[in-house]
Amino acid sequence: MTILLPGTLTDAYRMLSDDPDVTPVAGGTDLFAHWPENRVKQSTTYLDLSGLAELRSMRWTKSELVLGALTTYWDVVTDARVAAEFPNLVTAARQVGAVQIQARGTWAGNIVNASPAADGVPVLLAYDATVRLGSRDGVEDIPLDEFYLDYKKMRRRPDQLVTEIRIPRRTYQRAWFEKVGPRKSQAITKVGVAVTVAGETWRIAANSVAPTVCRCPALERYCAAVAGAKGQPLTSPSDLLPAIRSDVSPIDDIRSTAEYREQVLARILFHALNDAGV
Amino acid sequence: MSTNSVSIETTINGEKTSIDVTATERLLDVLRYRLGLTGSKEGCGEGECGACTVYLDGQPVNSCLIPAYQVRGRVVETIESIAPEQLGAFVASGATQCGACSPGVVMTAQWIVKHPHLLQSHGLRELMAGNLCRCTGYDGIIDALTETLAANGSAEEPVSGQDR
Repeated sequence: MTILLPGTLTDAYRMLSDDPDVTPVAGGTDLFAHWPENRVKQSTTYLDLSGLAELRSMRWTKSELVLGALTTYWDVVTDARVAAEFPNLVTAARQVGAVQIQARGTWAGNIVNASPAADGVPVLLAYDATVRLGSRDGVEDIPLDEFYLDYKKMRRRPDQLVTEIRIPRRTYQRAWFEKVGPRKSQAITKVGVAVTVAGETWRIAANSVAPTVCRCPALERYCAAVAGAKGQPLTSPSDLLPAIRSDVSPIDDIRSTAEYREQVLARILFHALNDAGV
Repeated sequence: MSTNSVSIETTINGEKTSIDVTATERLLDVLRYRLGLTGSKEGCGEGECGACTVYLDGQPVNSCLIPAYQVRGRVVETIESIAPEQLGAFVASGATQCGACSPGVVMTAQWIVKHPHLLQSHGLRELMAGNLCRCTGYDGIIDALTETLAANGSAEEPVSGQDR
């Protein structure tokens, strides 16, 4: 068990390319849960990112909001500008753990921990975020929508580090996020969904209903058609089930059942669409 | 630089401290077993119960989830830094019974007392949600906090609808 403490991002890239079996550590909220049991199973070398000033900032460009790899949920919760322009980020961040976790957990860590229940990921997907990976060989941008390959499998090479999450600035008419868990705080999601509407473009992303957090293209098409009065008006939540079943593949597990997850996803969307007058 | 232990400098309860820590040590372990600061408790060991809550650079965090090497150059404050006279309302309101959660509860509560502007966006129960208590039913805790905020003249009405 060793720890690497890079002083600069360049050092970190070198350390990652020297040893393919290094686990980067940001806030530690996933890696350190149940630490005494987990540490024997985990990689013996950790790369501490917490000292890297290059990864800390959250900044705005003309066209994007850029979250540095060390941006925490609390950084977002307390930023009035983010709340105004990307309200779903704040809504989701406030439902991660509680303030102690929000102060430590990072958006980038949530992405690469790759839990199907990741609460930060649906809202980032619904805002069309891009993951920027850095390495000694340069920079690679991958749309978050194309980042996950399968359960806990993603397009990050061992020598690459997530350095930024880039979110395009657009005018959204609507944004919703709903998390359903056993209670409001300190809970892991049974089913969650983020929705954005920009003009006629719908983005719907769900968690805890597939091996990865995922976009729901059939639901997006269906909702856009209904909203554009090109489809049949919705009469009940079950109208959404065919699209849901083509997009996601929930399972029965310790937290919930496949049937509950499908039904609740349908109801959340049905009520959200009704509230929006669709 | 690859070692089994690293030497870090950190400020704990106002004192600069140098200590060698291994890659496996959590902040909570260092506080309790290396420095004898046993006020912070381990409940769940997974960031859920909040009994291990300390401040890192002024922010409440779960010390059970923090690798000790990450507090180098930073400021840590534990329950031992809270003066007993700050706890008046907590004692009076029955905000504690068995006491296991109390160090963490007090840390989060005192943070809210120091930052009353948080109540413009958050309800008390949402801010306190990271501290589980199996005895009091929470009302005693919320009463104590409300009373302390009122005594400080910073009792803004918690935002309705935000409370969780």
